Amino acid sequence: MPYNSNSIPVIKQKQQYEEMVKQITPKPRVWRNTFWAFIVGGLICLVGQFIVSFFRAQGLGVNEAGAAASATLVFLAAFLTGAGVYDEVSRFGGAGGIVPITGFANSMVAPALEYRAEGLVFGVGARLFTVAGPVLVWGIVTAWAVGILYYFFR
Amino acid sequence: MLNSRYLTIIKLIGVEKLAAPKKNGAQTVYFQNPPVIIAAASIVGSREGEGPLGNTFDQVVYDTYYGEKTWEKAEQRMLLETMQKALEKANLQGKDIDVMLAGDLLNQIISANLTARALAIPYLGLYGACSTMYEGLALGAMLIDGGFAEKVLIGSSSHYCTAERQYRFPTELGNQRPMTAQWTVTGAGAVVLAREGSGPVITHATIGKVIDMGQGDPQNMGAAMAPAAADTIIRHLQDTARSPDYYDLIITGDLGVYGKKLAEQLVAQNGYDISERYSDCGILIYSAAQDVHAGGSGCGCSAVVTCGYLFESLKSGKYKRLLGIGTGALLSPCSTQQGETVPGIGHAVVIEMR
Repeated sequence: MPYNSNSIPVIKQKQQYEEMVKQITPKPRVWRNTFWAFIVGGLICLVGQFIVSFFRAQGLGVNEAGAAASATLVFLAAFLTGAGVYDEVSRFGGAGGIVPITGFANSMVAPALEYRAEGLVFGVGARLFTVAGPVLVWGIVTAWAVGILYYFFR
Repeated sequence: MLNSRYLTIIKLIGVEKLAAPKKNGAQTVYFQNPPVIIAAASIVGSREGEGPLGNTFDQVVYDTYYGEKTWEKAEQRMLLETMQKALEKANLQGKDIDVMLAGDLLNQIISANLTARALAIPYLGLYGACSTMYEGLALGAMLIDGGFAEKVLIGSSSHYCTAERQYRFPTELGNQRPMTAQWTVTGAGAVVLAREGSGPVITHATIGKVIDMGQGDPQNMGAAMAPAAADTIIRHLQDTARSPDYYDLIITGDLGVYGKKLAEQLVAQNGYDISERYSDCGILIYSAAQDVHAGGSGCGCSAVVTCGYLFESLKSGKYKRLLGIGTGALLSPCSTQQGETVPGIGHAVVIEMR
């Protein structure tokens, strides 16, 4: 450590400290987190499936029922975000709450609520995509790259 | 005692011959006429109010907005009202105060600046991240013992929602925090420090160095700050030639569960055993059942615990001598994103009840 008068090189001290930190810091609870991500994510998808079946029963086609179910899920997630519930779902469910379309809705509504105080232009307008933006940008770039590869190698 | 030896030397050779006559060792200063904490006040949010120290605070605010339109305004109102409460308890008015020292976590320390606007007291803004309260206590005591001020008002604040928003994600965004993450305390603490009066006194202060042991995880700030806290504790004990058992309590600001263990080990490596009398404000403020992971953090953490629980314990005689170390992680969201590691700092202040 820096206060240690016996002169161990700084690099060595940092390595020693890193070891200490590793020993004390708890490991992420991978199995537990994976289990709950599976349950929570699975439940969200199950609800989605019920909604699809409901719309199918009302006479919509496969594609239309899927789109309507997505819209319904987005609405539900947005509503739960506004009610302050969805962050608890993800805190518990981890990736299970983040990966489905409901997580995307949450990542849009949360900044919208948060930055409302800074006004509609510089607040909501400018910062709506702070969380979802990177996903969209790199999602579109990847789609574009794959599209080019597909064009040449199909 | 080193102090009395210093005083004799000063008397023998005359003050003007020593460049810094009140400096005691490499990083410590001592106060010839220890300034008195004549009043302390604290206001906290609901989670802190429901914690184990809940009844040591002056007021618990259950609404995160505190009746304001935004969280930033709520934090500022909390700080202002805490400052006013401290003045009220000391039976003073703003015009009786020579200097106000305050700071917080928000950009441009805006909560403190706007509080100073409302109070209209000569003001010096401070930024020491979560160590701000202790930085203020050290500087305030120096101003008074140096003869530059008679009464100083010191305060700092933080708010869970404003800090989350600035350093991490929107509050309603669903994400999982690692076990090492800490919870920013919603609350403000303030003290009135005076040359004379009754109450606990500040006898020494040890100014910390910025220390970086290469920790880069902003979700594990306890590990980033522990080396700085340990360094200041060791330096303080060396400078004053005291052993840890001189103190009833050695308490760090917001190292949390894992940071505290690390600091304790680092201090032990240097030959001091503090384990029996060592605690951390971030651990005390919440109970394990509150699910805040590693504990509390933020400017408000050490501020409210010091102004609430510790001040009360000193007055009631539970503790007679304590060494408080305000700890701060000196990072910004920008520095982290640009790959900088997280440096830490710790400022120590000795508070005694005489």
